[in-house]
Amino acid sequence: MSTILLAQQVLNGLLDGVYYLLIALGLSLIFSLGGIVNLAHGAFYAIGAYLTLIVSPWLGFGGAFVVAPVVVALLGVVIERLLFRRFYRSDPILSLLLTFGLAMVAEQGLRMIFGAPPLSYSIPQALRGQVFIGSFIYSFYRVVLLGVAAACIAGLWLLLQKTSFGRVVRAGVQNPDMVGALGISLQPYMSAVAALGIGLAGLAGVLLAPIYSIHPAMGQEIITPAFVVVVIGGLGSFWGVVFAALLVGLVKGVMVGIGYSAASTAAIYLLMLLVLLFRPRGLFGERITRFE
Amino acid sequence: MSQDNHVTRRALLKTAGGLALVSGLSAPAILRAQTADVIRIGHLTPRTGFLGPLGEYAVMAIDLAVEEINAAGGMMGRKVEVLKEDSVNPQTASTKAERMIERDKVACIIGEISSASCLTIAQVASRNKTLFINTGGNSDALRGKDCQRYMFHVESQNSMYVKTVGRSFLRDGLVKGKKWYSLTADYAFGHDLLKVSKRFMEANGGQFAGDDLVPTDATDFSAYLLKIREAKPDLVVINLAGNQITNFLKQYAEFGLTFPVGGFGFDTALAWAAGKGNFVGTWPVVWHHQIDTPGSKAFVAAFTKKYNKPPENQAWGDYIATKIVAASVNELKSAESPKIIEHFEKGAKFDLLKTRQGYFRASDHQLMHEMYAVTALPADKIKNQWDIFTSSPAVPGPEEPLEVIAATKEENSCTFPS
Repeated sequence: MSTILLAQQVLNGLLDGVYYLLIALGLSLIFSLGGIVNLAHGAFYAIGAYLTLIVSPWLGFGGAFVVAPVVVALLGVVIERLLFRRFYRSDPILSLLLTFGLAMVAEQGLRMIFGAPPLSYSIPQALRGQVFIGSFIYSFYRVVLLGVAAACIAGLWLLLQKTSFGRVVRAGVQNPDMVGALGISLQPYMSAVAALGIGLAGLAGVLLAPIYSIHPAMGQEIITPAFVVVVIGGLGSFWGVVFAALLVGLVKGVMVGIGYSAASTAAIYLLMLLVLLFRPRGLFGERITRFE
Repeated sequence: MSQDNHVTRRALLKTAGGLALVSGLSAPAILRAQTADVIRIGHLTPRTGFLGPLGEYAVMAIDLAVEEINAAGGMMGRKVEVLKEDSVNPQTASTKAERMIERDKVACIIGEISSASCLTIAQVASRNKTLFINTGGNSDALRGKDCQRYMFHVESQNSMYVKTVGRSFLRDGLVKGKKWYSLTADYAFGHDLLKVSKRFMEANGGQFAGDDLVPTDATDFSAYLLKIREAKPDLVVINLAGNQITNFLKQYAEFGLTFPVGGFGFDTALAWAAGKGNFVGTWPVVWHHQIDTPGSKAFVAAFTKKYNKPPENQAWGDYIATKIVAASVNELKSAESPKIIEHFEKGAKFDLLKTRQGYFRASDHQLMHEMYAVTALPADKIKNQWDIFTSSPAVPGPEEPLEVIAATKEENSCTFPS
């Protein structure tokens, strides 16, 4: 196999990882601050995709791009207020069961409303076409997608690092009791973090609807690799998750590129196993007192 | 979050892993008492996972068939009741088949799409001497080395799919001396289909350029598309299954690749989901909603009335299998599996909503029937979301025996275990 083709696969794999990132960042945020493993995160991604189908006939893809993530984020706030909130201090098995149940309810709900067969949706006319860089071909839509994802990541990083909101959230991840002792209630922050994280999953749903099959179980498909990304990246580490997402994309892409496509899924689990063996906290995981 | 609640990462991971395992099992069904005035049929098909979308059509179809059968007086004057379950995976499928036969005393089991699950259900059915009609598992092995006396196949075998669409490829000059590159679903069905495809393409002078096995949960095909682009094949052969096909078609259009595309396995629902402009190529089907026969028209009308959308090929499979069982039970005045099997093996003819009647071939229990190759219409010729392809005439043609597209004894032979 030629070096050029391998280089193409490396680049493509890295770009691929960005899709997992939008899901994984939200998962990691909610996990770090609330201690909730949100198994329903994929369901919000699916809801985002289905909302795109509903909104597009009236407002177009651009309208869906704005409306769907906002609606999904509001849904996230409602779920946080009514359900997540009751489980921050309980045994994690309870919140796992809760979100597992939520995921099933959401998937079955989509099945009841829209039917099990996949629904069709295409890339809007204005975003079609291909980009050529030397011999490397890439779809124009994916370049746009990459731009949006990069903007989200940069925005989220700035929010967490450079604002007072971010400082409280980061302090809350490290030591919630100390934050409480300082007279800051974490509750509104939790709602905001749930809105952000779940809204990002909704956004991923909008962005991937034109290129992936839209069906009720699509959330399940994306949640597993996203979890792998969070575990590899390490809890509480923003750049750890970013790095792990790119790494997972890269490993999958290169496995296909060199002809071992059948093992491309197994490879990311093997990667996770190795990381857990040698760095149980994940590649960039920080030491978080209450999880030790 | 309090200090007295220590949450370790290890515990969280363990719990998450445990839940993932448990999710494969389903809720227990309610125990049903036996009554003499009802005949039960078991229906097993994947309703979740990458084949789930097709399973849903199977469920809609068997409900419609049972409704029609009961309206016409049931089986031997008894009401038909269908027990439907999600078969999930081969292990769960076999557990549920066992329960349906032993506890619910079903007369037969109909259904399935995954070739891997067909095998485990067939083993349970044979052990319990109960008829199983496969409506969606394609692999030749199920009709060959894994064949079972108690398993019959309404779904066509891979050889029939390959030889049907192969005629179109030959006609379009896409085989002889041409390079073909394939993507294969990485499970029993795909492996079997790749073998059969290679046999056909080699026999007709095609040049094999390469193949990639695609995990069943793959959603992104960009890495494969880059490889295909590099290989510059004359024909891209898609031996994928379920959602894989929709994802591939959408992304093939996205990357603007223009090599001719075709597949040796296909389901209409996946083309509908890919949609206008994304659906390309020529593909084989056992049945489609545009077939111009009175039977098919009535089926399409009844299905559309009940579900607000036309049926696809998987719906035909489960519908016709149920109708075949009902017709046989009523004719034989018996719902005993050995009697039905004897009836099938004697070459009983059945109306299949097509131009010619069909029959089960005694040597491997494969239904002999007409098939079709459908070709995607260009976007500007498409009038609605359903009629997105044109169809070849029935294959084999009216003058040929139905068996010409099936695997020969040399290609795939079955010895029923005694």
